[in-house]
Amino acid sequence: MNKLIFIILSSIAIQASSQPSGKDILNLIDKNLNAKTRILTAKMIISGARESRTIEFNSWAEGEKKAYTEYTSPAREKGTKMLKMEDKLWIFSPSTDRIIQITGQMLRQSVMGSDLSYEDMMEDPALANHYNASVTAQDTADNRECWIVQLNALKEGEAYEVRKIWVDQERNIPLKEELYGKSGKLLKRTSLTDVQKIQGRWFPMKMIFKDMLRSGDGTQFIISSIKLDETISPDVFSKASLK
Amino acid sequence: MIRFLIKGLLRDSHRSRLPLIVVAFGVMLTILLTTWITGILGDSINLNAKLATGHLKVITRAYQENMDQLPVDLALTGTSGLIKSLRTDFPAVSWVERIEFGGLLDLPDENNETKSQGPFAGIAIDMFNIDSGEKERLNLKKILVDGKLPSSSGELLVSSSFAQKLGIKIRDKVTFIGSTMFGEMAINNYTVAGTIRYGISSLDKGSIIMDISDARNALDMEDACNEILGFTGTDYYDDAKATEVMTSFNKKHLENKDQFAPVMLRLRDQNDLGTLIDLMNGVVGLISFIFILAMSVVLWNAALIGGLRRYGEVGLRLAIGEEKGHIYRSLIAESLIIGIAGSFLGTAVGLSISYLVQQKGIDLSKLMESATMIMPGVFRTKITPASWYIGFIPGILATVLGTALAGIGIYRRQTASLFKELQS
Repeated sequence: MNKLIFIILSSIAIQASSQPSGKDILNLIDKNLNAKTRILTAKMIISGARESRTIEFNSWAEGEKKAYTEYTSPAREKGTKMLKMEDKLWIFSPSTDRIIQITGQMLRQSVMGSDLSYEDMMEDPALANHYNASVTAQDTADNRECWIVQLNALKEGEAYEVRKIWVDQERNIPLKEELYGKSGKLLKRTSLTDVQKIQGRWFPMKMIFKDMLRSGDGTQFIISSIKLDETISPDVFSKASLK
Repeated sequence: MIRFLIKGLLRDSHRSRLPLIVVAFGVMLTILLTTWITGILGDSINLNAKLATGHLKVITRAYQENMDQLPVDLALTGTSGLIKSLRTDFPAVSWVERIEFGGLLDLPDENNETKSQGPFAGIAIDMFNIDSGEKERLNLKKILVDGKLPSSSGELLVSSSFAQKLGIKIRDKVTFIGSTMFGEMAINNYTVAGTIRYGISSLDKGSIIMDISDARNALDMEDACNEILGFTGTDYYDDAKATEVMTSFNKKHLENKDQFAPVMLRLRDQNDLGTLIDLMNGVVGLISFIFILAMSVVLWNAALIGGLRRYGEVGLRLAIGEEKGHIYRSLIAESLIIGIAGSFLGTAVGLSISYLVQQKGIDLSKLMESATMIMPGVFRTKITPASWYIGFIPGILATVLGTALAGIGIYRRQTASLFKELQS
């Protein structure tokens, strides 16, 4: 009997010691994903209620505070540019020759009709600053062993009160995420696939975002090329680059 | 006999004054209450019809499920053909296309960058086609505060409070930001032709009106709109007629299960207006019932007091051989005369006050500033044909009922003890 208790306690202790804390997992994700700079070419395939649309763009990002995106197709969106600086977001529309700052309620609107909102784009990816993380279970996603990390908002006013992330135990990369509102309703679901090793980091090249409150099959975000830690001219992240 | 009773009532004013005042006051109150409720609810229904619901509305099945979000991506397509068939099938109804949409209005500074911006609810109407009657329906000339109505493409109207909040002036260039029917980003420049004031707080906070051709261009909605509104001939909603048209249309499209198939709704099926209509119909009956009940009790008591005062008179009339039934009937006849006179007086005063409020209105817009429902800021009574008799009949009924209840005491008097009672 004593032997059995010892075996059970030992297995619990081994499991506890091998299971990292929620905060540790978030730090590992940040370490893996967050490069100094990112330059990527990507496309969004948006499945709407009536038809599917493809939007192509090039994007430059430095850290988490600066990002610049230029849309290259279709014709209606071509030449539209977006600049994110700290907590501010501007759009340049060539047809109106206007630089428009996106604020307030507009931040909750969809980006180019996709399942992503401007607020999602503006989000600080360092989740540990906004959420209390804990590992709640183990599961598989995309045939990979995952930790399920539950994040609870530290303060009121966060866009999502609770987040559940399925994190690949080996590659320290999220493979699935569910975002919940204050009422506990599932608002958005994301799955990340086609994980490739880019410059020593594991990176998902395809993401599928689904706004659960919208019709359609969601938005596919496909990265066709990505360069990490390249030098980007500071001029790119200025309002002058919008025109 | 009637002349005799009237003379008696006039000479002995104690017999008629109190019941007359009570009946007149009650009738006046009934009329004021019913015309007030009919006015407010009727105006609200009418406003909702003109601005949002129509008497009938054609939308897609998918749009119906998300109607409160005004989703342009779930709009009707091929609307020129649809509206043509509606006009052929239901010629008595006036059909118009509308686009209701939301977005952000942005005012640029001298560097063409954002100076101020705010979210709005927009209505696109067939403004440049005189035959559509939309300018008149939305009373645009009357609600125009400054500037002019749009006369060409690229011009729009902004609600005055919204314009003030953003610092927009007439002829300013503003930028509309929203989503097209296909989910693409829509950014277009417009010129502010004028500012408007609906007098409805929920709309004055942030709304714009533009021509439907401009909205179609901005939202990529060629031969499409999210709503087709139908208006029956009269200003007031005819539920029976609307039901008939809706049933016939929906029967025709019943087999089409596509999510973008058209479906017709009545005014009462939208914005909880069905409850408002039922409330309006029910409340008038309820007021009359409460009035009859309350007035009967008051007049019963008044008649009982009168009966005590006339105890000797009734005893004497019984003693000299007048039948109990005859006395009872004469008291009822007296009450009938008082009822008619009181109801007449009450109706005259009630209708006069109602007419005044109907014409002048009572401005409660300050109290309605936080209202989210489409409600008028100036409240008015509404005199309908029913207003002429709504208080009159209960007025007479209550007087007669009160006297009838109090007069039962006559039958309890014992003829044998009358002389003893009179001697004492």
